[in-house]
Amino acid sequence: MTSSTADPSSRPVRPFWPPLAAGVALGLVLLLTFVLTGHGLGATGASTRLTAWLGTEVAPQATAANGYLGPLVEGGNPLPSWITWQVIGVGLGALASAFWAGRFRVQFDGSHSVGTPRRLLATLGGGLMAGFGARVAAGCTSGLGLSGAATLAIAAFVFLATFFAAGLLASRLVRGL
Amino acid sequence: MTLPFNDAGLWSGLLCGVLFGFVLESAGFGSPCKLTAQFRLSDWSVFKVMFTAIVVCAFGLWALRMAGLLAADALFVPTSFVAAAAVGGALVGAGFAVGGYCPGTSVVALFSGRLDALVFLVGLLLGTVVFAGLYGPAIEHLMSLGEVAAGDTFATAFGIPDVVMLAVLAAALVAVFVIGGRMERARRGPVTAEQAVHGADPSLTR
Repeated sequence: MTSSTADPSSRPVRPFWPPLAAGVALGLVLLLTFVLTGHGLGATGASTRLTAWLGTEVAPQATAANGYLGPLVEGGNPLPSWITWQVIGVGLGALASAFWAGRFRVQFDGSHSVGTPRRLLATLGGGLMAGFGARVAAGCTSGLGLSGAATLAIAAFVFLATFFAAGLLASRLVRGL
Repeated sequence: MTLPFNDAGLWSGLLCGVLFGFVLESAGFGSPCKLTAQFRLSDWSVFKVMFTAIVVCAFGLWALRMAGLLAADALFVPTSFVAAAAVGGALVGAGFAVGGYCPGTSVVALFSGRLDALVFLVGLLLGTVVFAGLYGPAIEHLMSLGEVAAGDTFATAFGIPDVVMLAVLAAALVAVFVIGGRMERARRGPVTAEQAVHGADPSLTR
């Protein structure tokens, strides 16, 4: 047992939670978030702030003058914010879960299936589309799709419908994994 | 007692985030192979988990309102910019299918050791830069297009009572489990933890 605790790769891999159990747990976490903060969970709120912060480091004048990022950096460093702490928490929670369940493994996932160069392009391009799209919709799968739907918001269900339709189509046209 | 607490502090952020990340990883949502299997229709975990969570949370919020603990307008509700939601949803969905992640799950993937998720996150920042670069009257126009002026929820905009929406969602949830389960049995079936840890391979993603 001593070696298995030191090396996560030799730990037994625990199965994923059944979808119903995971869904109930996620629903309760989302409910707790609403009760604590008045809003739901998210992700791209933090990446947008990180982009604005990087902008002030690399091109401060252009960032301050930008119509979208400018207002975010008016009050100084945009990073200290609830959504930033939440996304850091997501990383820590995922790390704890993956490590505990023997599912932590350093890899470039997708290299076996489509090769590293193609996977690199696909994941970069996918991230780019998602980053742009999340700004247009003012939210991503978590912030608008999940959290918005829990408040029975119209925009959330429109988002989920086109999300699924475009995903179905894109996965048939482009093989990124 | 009046809810919510409107706590915007560090500890509430970390707490909600840690729980969120733990549950997402436990559901298997750090694996791009499992996530994209939703679009190959061979693993319905993404929709099963999301719909269950939506129903549980929406029902919980409704119960708190009925009990008088939560004011009707106390929560953040996204504005009904229908065109922006449709265009943005399509781009995030396409990015998910091609890149293997959505923004939140790429963080989960990175912290379960997946370096391709770091590249996705770089893409996410680049996409934000491109958006900021193009931001102007045309994008602002697109983003405000098709707003349902009457309201943001089905209750305020169309007069559909929340209980009716909850019942529709519950029925949709059952349908997702029944139809999804059937399609999973007709195809390869859910991606297991062992397969996910091993990484995507052609036999799983083709």
